[in-house]
Amino acid sequence: MKPSAFAYHDPRNSDDLMALLAKLDNAKLLAGGQSLMPMLNLRLVAPDHLIDINRIPDLAGIRLSAERVEVGAMTRQADLLASSDLASVAPVFGQALAYVGHLQTRSRGTIGGSCCHLDPAELPALCALLDAEFDVIGPNGARFVAAGDWFQGYLQSALGEREILRAIRWRPWSRGHGHGFHEYARRHGDFAVAGAAALLEFAADRSIFRAAIVLFGVEPSPVRLAQVERALLGRKLDDDALAAAAEEARSLDAMGDVHVSAAYRRHIAGVVTRRALADAGRSAEFAA
Amino acid sequence: MTARRINLRVNGQTVEAEVEVRVSLADFLRGSLGLTGTHLGCEHGVCGACTLIVDQRPVRSCLMLAVQADGSEVETVEGLGTLEALSPLQQAFSDHHALQCGFCTPGMLMTLEAYLRDHPAPTREQVREVLSGHLCRCTGYQGIVDAALQAARTRRTGA
Repeated sequence: MKPSAFAYHDPRNSDDLMALLAKLDNAKLLAGGQSLMPMLNLRLVAPDHLIDINRIPDLAGIRLSAERVEVGAMTRQADLLASSDLASVAPVFGQALAYVGHLQTRSRGTIGGSCCHLDPAELPALCALLDAEFDVIGPNGARFVAAGDWFQGYLQSALGEREILRAIRWRPWSRGHGHGFHEYARRHGDFAVAGAAALLEFAADRSIFRAAIVLFGVEPSPVRLAQVERALLGRKLDDDALAAAAEEARSLDAMGDVHVSAAYRRHIAGVVTRRALADAGRSAEFAA
Repeated sequence: MTARRINLRVNGQTVEAEVEVRVSLADFLRGSLGLTGTHLGCEHGVCGACTLIVDQRPVRSCLMLAVQADGSEVETVEGLGTLEALSPLQQAFSDHHALQCGFCTPGMLMTLEAYLRDHPAPTREQVREVLSGHLCRCTGYQGIVDAALQAARTRRTGA
C-alpha cells in the first residue's frame, strides 16, 4: 500500500454525503480517482478522511431537454464518449475525449473530477467553451457558478472546502453547429502542449452568427478568445479570419515548463487554434 | 474504520476478505489472494502494467482501492487461459513474439481482452490507440499490434 492512513467513508446518498462534509475536517472527495489516487500513492496529499462518492447513483447521468444539457458530475468519461445523446447535442465531446487519458483511465475518470481537480485538460476547456454552469451544493445551500468564475488558476476551482459539484449544465448550441478540436502532446494521452476547441454557427448567407474558441494547456486555466469571437461575427470564415485567430492565440501568456518553452507553446497555440476553427467551419451544416 | 469486510467475484470465484481501506485493488489481489499475475509498475496510472477488468471495463488496479471493488466482478490474467491451453489472445502474443521480459504483458492482455469483446474487428490504428495506455520497453509494439489483430481474427472465426 502506498497512501498514508485515512478513514474511509462511502455514503450511499447525497444527504449522508452532505452530513459527512459538514462534520469532517481535512476530508477529500474521491471521484474517479485517476488524479487523486496517484497523488495519494505519491503522498502529495494526505487527507484524514477519504469520502468516496462512487456509490451515490444520482450524481451520474446525462439529461437532455430543449433548453439544457445537464451532465452529472460522476458521469464517467467512457460513458460520455459512448453517449449518442451527448454526441448529438455537443459532438465536440467525442473529438476531445479521445485525448482524455487512455481507454483504461476513462473507464473510471469522471467529468466532475476533471473539473474540480483542474489539470489544464480537455474537459474543463469544453465547459469554458460552452459557457457551462457548475451546480454546487454545500452547507450554505445550492449555487450555480458561471464558467468564468469557476477557473481560479492552476488546480484551483471555485469549489468551497465543504461543497460538492453535483452537475455541469449548459444551453445547447443549434443542431448542425460547426465544431473543431485539436491538441498536440508529445505522446498520446499526455497533457497537451496546447489545445484548442471551436464552435461556430452560420447565418443563411454563410456569415458567422455565433462563435466560441477556447485554448487550454497554454495558460494555467482555459482561455476564451473573446475578442476574436466578437470580431468573427457577421463575416465569413476566410484565411484572414483564421490568421487573426491564430495571431490572438499566439499572444497569450503561455507557460514554459520542463517539456517546452513558452515561445514554442505560443507557436503551437496558434497552429491548433487555426485548425480547430477551420474544422468548425467545415463541419457546420448549412441550411439549404 | 481502517479495515472493511468486502465481497467480490474474482475470475468467477466468490471472495470474502477483510482489507485495510488504503490497500489498492492490485495489492489486495497480489498480497492477499496470491494472484501475482497482475503486475505493478509505476503505481500512478501511467504504465498500464496493473490493468485488469472490473465489471467489464479495463481499469488501472493501482488507482482503485480494494474496498471500491466490493460487489464487483474482477477478471485478472489468471482467468484467461492455462499453461496447457492458452487463450486466443495469449496464443497470438506467443506466435508474434509480442513479449520479451513479460512484465507489461498481463496489463496488455487484459486491456485487449476487454476491448476485443466490444470491438471484434478493430483497425490497426484503433489497436495502436488502445495500446497507447501501456508502456513496453522491450518489444517496440509491432508484434503486440500484430498479435491483437490476429487474436481478433481468431475470435471472429473461432479458428
